Amino acid sequence: MAAKSINITLKIWRQKNANTKGALETYSLNEVSTDSSFLEMLDQLNEQLINERKEPIAFDHDCREGICGMCSLYINGRAHGPETGTTTCQLHMRMFSDGDTIYVEPWRSRAFPIVKDLVVDRSAFDRIQQAGGFVSVNTSGNTMDANSLPIPKDDADKAFEAAACIGCGACVASCKNGSAMLFVGAKVSQYALLPQGKVEARDRVLNMVRQMDEEGFGNCTNTGACEVECPKGISLENIARMNREFLKAGLSSEK
Amino acid sequence: MSVLDSKIPTGPIAEKWTNHKNHMNLVAPNNRPKIDVIVVGTGLAGASAAASLGEMGYNVKAFCFQDSPRRAHSIAAQGGINAAKNYQNDGDSVYRLFYDTIKGGDYRAREANVHRLAEVSGNIIDQCVAQGVPFAREYGGLLDNRSFGGTQVQRTFYAAGQTGQQLLLGAYSALSRQIGLGRVKMYHRHEMMDLVKIDGKARGIIARNLVTGEIEKHAAHAVVIASGGYGNVYFLSTNAMGSNVSAAWKVHKRGAMFANPCYVQIHPTCVPVHGTNQSKLTLMSESLRNSGRIWVPKKKEDAEAIRAGQLKPTQIAEEDRDYYLERRYPAFGNLVPRDVASRAAKERCDAGHGIEANDTNEGVYLDFATEILSKGRQSAYALGDHNPTEEKMQELGKKWIEEKYGNLFQMYQKITDENPYETPMKIYPAVHYTMGGVWVDYNLQSTIPGCFVTGEANFSDHGANRLGASALMQGLADGYFVLPYTISDYLSNEIRTGKISTESPEFDEAAESVKASIKKILSNNGTHTVDHFHKRLGLIMWNKVGMGRNEKGLKEAIEEIGLLREEFHNDVFVPGTAEELNQELEKALRVADLIELGQLMAIDALQRKESCGGHFRDEYQDAEGETLRDDEHFKFVAAWEYNGSDSTKSTLHKEDLKYEFIKIAARNYK
Repeated sequence: MAAKSINITLKIWRQKNANTKGALETYSLNEVSTDSSFLEMLDQLNEQLINERKEPIAFDHDCREGICGMCSLYINGRAHGPETGTTTCQLHMRMFSDGDTIYVEPWRSRAFPIVKDLVVDRSAFDRIQQAGGFVSVNTSGNTMDANSLPIPKDDADKAFEAAACIGCGACVASCKNGSAMLFVGAKVSQYALLPQGKVEARDRVLNMVRQMDEEGFGNCTNTGACEVECPKGISLENIARMNREFLKAGLSSEK
Repeated sequence: MSVLDSKIPTGPIAEKWTNHKNHMNLVAPNNRPKIDVIVVGTGLAGASAAASLGEMGYNVKAFCFQDSPRRAHSIAAQGGINAAKNYQNDGDSVYRLFYDTIKGGDYRAREANVHRLAEVSGNIIDQCVAQGVPFAREYGGLLDNRSFGGTQVQRTFYAAGQTGQQLLLGAYSALSRQIGLGRVKMYHRHEMMDLVKIDGKARGIIARNLVTGEIEKHAAHAVVIASGGYGNVYFLSTNAMGSNVSAAWKVHKRGAMFANPCYVQIHPTCVPVHGTNQSKLTLMSESLRNSGRIWVPKKKEDAEAIRAGQLKPTQIAEEDRDYYLERRYPAFGNLVPRDVASRAAKERCDAGHGIEANDTNEGVYLDFATEILSKGRQSAYALGDHNPTEEKMQELGKKWIEEKYGNLFQMYQKITDENPYETPMKIYPAVHYTMGGVWVDYNLQSTIPGCFVTGEANFSDHGANRLGASALMQGLADGYFVLPYTISDYLSNEIRTGKISTESPEFDEAAESVKASIKKILSNNGTHTVDHFHKRLGLIMWNKVGMGRNEKGLKEAIEEIGLLREEFHNDVFVPGTAEELNQELEKALRVADLIELGQLMAIDALQRKESCGGHFRDEYQDAEGETLRDDEHFKFVAAWEYNGSDSTKSTLHKEDLKYEFIKIAARNYK
């Protein structure tokens, strides 16, 4: 499809820092190529703002190929914008029309405080991972040969699908409860499905869920918005699996 | 005697590393908590090093500029990781991986380093599987492999098209465990601004808290730089937007040599450039060359018609297609090394056969139609259907492709709005990886004692061209299996040193100079944005220090970049203040370093009067357009010493490369 160029109006959340009040501000941007990505459109706007001696809009981004999980943005009321299975950096302006007004907001969640403009602090995810999202195996050249532990392909594939989570936080931002259970469920599932993860399964799920609660994330009420908005298609099954793991851990005897 | 002592151990190649390890000094477990180590960067090389050092009991501080260590750009590596496991029984061995890598690097890498890399490659796979990294598997439950360029065996382990992601999340999980245990302190959204040297040794860093703008002093007994490569000097590359040379460059400015800056890998299969507001280029994994065939129309008029939108690639008859890699390199076909494949694409497009309707008509096809039918037939047979219809084969073949490369096909479709299951992908070479980097000895130590450099940030293992699936291997080899030994040898002399204080003139001087340079750039009040200068730098680099280089162009580039540097410092405009999150300021400070580096790359390319690997000088090629090396005069590592921001003043030092175990020869993939 040939590229064309469109003119748009943007309503973008501006907030100096975590302690000040923010507001939506309006910008017009002309001659946006429909081949541009959404972030390239924001680059274009920032270039325009800087040339007008105004302060550019802060937003998180890095790899721009949909894998690092750094980009975010609530676009027209949806995490990562109108296209499903897509991160904001992979969303292209051909999804929009000439004359559109586009609303751009940061992730909204108590556990993700705003740093500036569209940038939020997602370090709560790191702390959940630090509480148990690992196999306790030290570096050594002498772990057993990789092929001495055959793993059924279906299990390996399912573990991979769960591990494909990019930790962007769209699940939390989309959830009316601000729940992180899709994120945590995916990590718990990856290890629960693999023999390497079985040894520490009990402590892992208890510790990760405890940390998740301490960070102020809400609970899951099975709405499923997270699964719809997840750019990597992480399945709700992972939440069910985490709940099973959690129940199992609670029922087994204390150490 | 050269100032460059590579410290390669003596003895037969296969015994060097083992002997060296056996005789290195150790630090006893009770002494390790008294020793501080700083690791800059949390990609594969940095996260694996920080995790391993934490496990050993050292006090580690790790730094990354992203909002989480899990974001480092290793995460974007697609295709796979090499290891000499010989699980496929196709004749692989440590020696063969060693040999392929030396040859792939066009005989410009150090033998001993590369052999060590091949030796530990198997351990990496064992370690990652133990961590729960979900590699692709066969139905029998064992690990699957595929082929990459420059090899004739299947030694590449993978996880769909997301191998880097899975390996990085593995290293990140090991790092997270150490952070949780309090053995590693993580500083995210922090950028290293300078290295602090005391009595000639690396003793810490100055870092900027990117949220508050605070300039912080961090002391340590040793500093590890694992900050990745410098491909963003071209503005458009497959690197992440934040990838930069600054940590490596600051170390260089403090006295570490910078080696082979001109060795850049231009990756053959990327989505072609679409327009002037484009911010980056996207790779389509080399693994696709297992299944895709690369071609352009034989007739120029067909290419013209395609560019004009009058013909579709699927309408070009088989006999009118030029599968130029299969034609020129029958032994390796579509799986020649990256530098060879990239130049061949450029040659066809320069000759007028390019198919992309952009400014430069640069693009070739990567076609999966043959593979879809062949795998469709195989899948049908496996299901018991020995006489499948064309339709059935198409359906099953596409399913097979989706399982292997699904995420890549989806990514391609999102960017280009075309369906690669139905029409061939359009691809063209783009800047991807940088083989050059900070010069290190066999122990991965730079010319500054106590400053170690690992992963893409160093220069050591890939010579003039890196083979596919070798970057992940090197990053993890350095961090898990090499650095923990070699840094301990160095730190064994530090057990009596005691805590390093940040209250010293050296720390004050470094912090003050960082503050001064930030103040200068913010008060500049110029007329152009940072990106304006970065794009101009990128254009000079791509046109004159890109895929084909010559004396005239390089001399022009050196001059133009020199002028650009002055213009940048006089005329750049950076809004905002130093005491807040200021992304323009971050960019400006990085671009300042990239400009100096870019000039050094051109200088290095000018002095290297030969063609080797990714460095192709138009003047030095054979009758068939292949690289013409000059082993008599250029079989050395070019290590540059910094003498100020004008890189034309840099001093060249040479480390002669000795090939004792491999017979040096012309590279041949025919």
